[in-house]
Amino acid sequence: MATVELSFVPLPAHVRTARQVAVALARRTGLTDDVLDEIRLAVGEACGLALSLQRQSRPYDPVVLVFDDDAGLTVDVRASAPLDAASGDHALSVLAAAVPRPAVTAEELPVGAALAVLAEFAPRLEVTTSDAGMRLELSWPAVAVANR
Amino acid sequence: MDLSLSTRAEGGRTVVEVTGEIDVYTAPKLREQIAELVEAGRHDIVVDMRGVEFLDSTGLGVLVGGLKRIRQHDGSMRLVCTQERILKIFRITGLTKVFPIHESVATAVAAGD
Repeated sequence: MATVELSFVPLPAHVRTARQVAVALARRTGLTDDVLDEIRLAVGEACGLALSLQRQSRPYDPVVLVFDDDAGLTVDVRASAPLDAASGDHALSVLAAAVPRPAVTAEELPVGAALAVLAEFAPRLEVTTSDAGMRLELSWPAVAVANR
Repeated sequence: MDLSLSTRAEGGRTVVEVTGEIDVYTAPKLREQIAELVEAGRHDIVVDMRGVEFLDSTGLGVLVGGLKRIRQHDGSMRLVCTQERILKIFRITGLTKVFPIHESVATAVAAGD
């Protein structure tokens, strides 16, 4: 059973709220400060991708985050915008092709930068896309937990 | 923490002091600030990021976009950044090869192009 679920309308202001919830839960599990920074950044990037997708084709559907702190922290970020079904690396390329560049970054920085940050900071990253949307599952294992 | 911006002239350059979080919500504010400076003819900019607590890929995009605009006017953009967690983001995305990054405003202002 999920520890916490959070859903928000796809507006940029709410990404910060999602980051704060993620960090609060991670802190509660005893993850170290270094890892908290990584979680803050990775969850922010994942939400940014989900938000961009959602605003493109499902602007009234929420972005949903499902947190589980059973063994470390797992954050499942979901958008309902339909994409070609794929998983793993192929899903990353589907995602990179589908996510519109936000107005502030038009032709200035590839979506790949967000994915590079995600891949660097999430020890485990699973990406799946389908007609039902996109899922980014980020995990920080309990091995990183100190002083529980 | 929200994003705060202030600008001042120093050594013939314009220093933009940035504090707070640069993310998908606040990045447009930084983009507008840089665009206004470029429009006003201030093409040699130092972005002091020592007070930045959070930076995401949207913020990076704004900096890269600003650099492109400035280069159209043969100008320069230098960054001042000392926090390892922010520097790491520049390294991961390969942008340490794009931006000159300094440890102090004084060295950034004094640097030649």
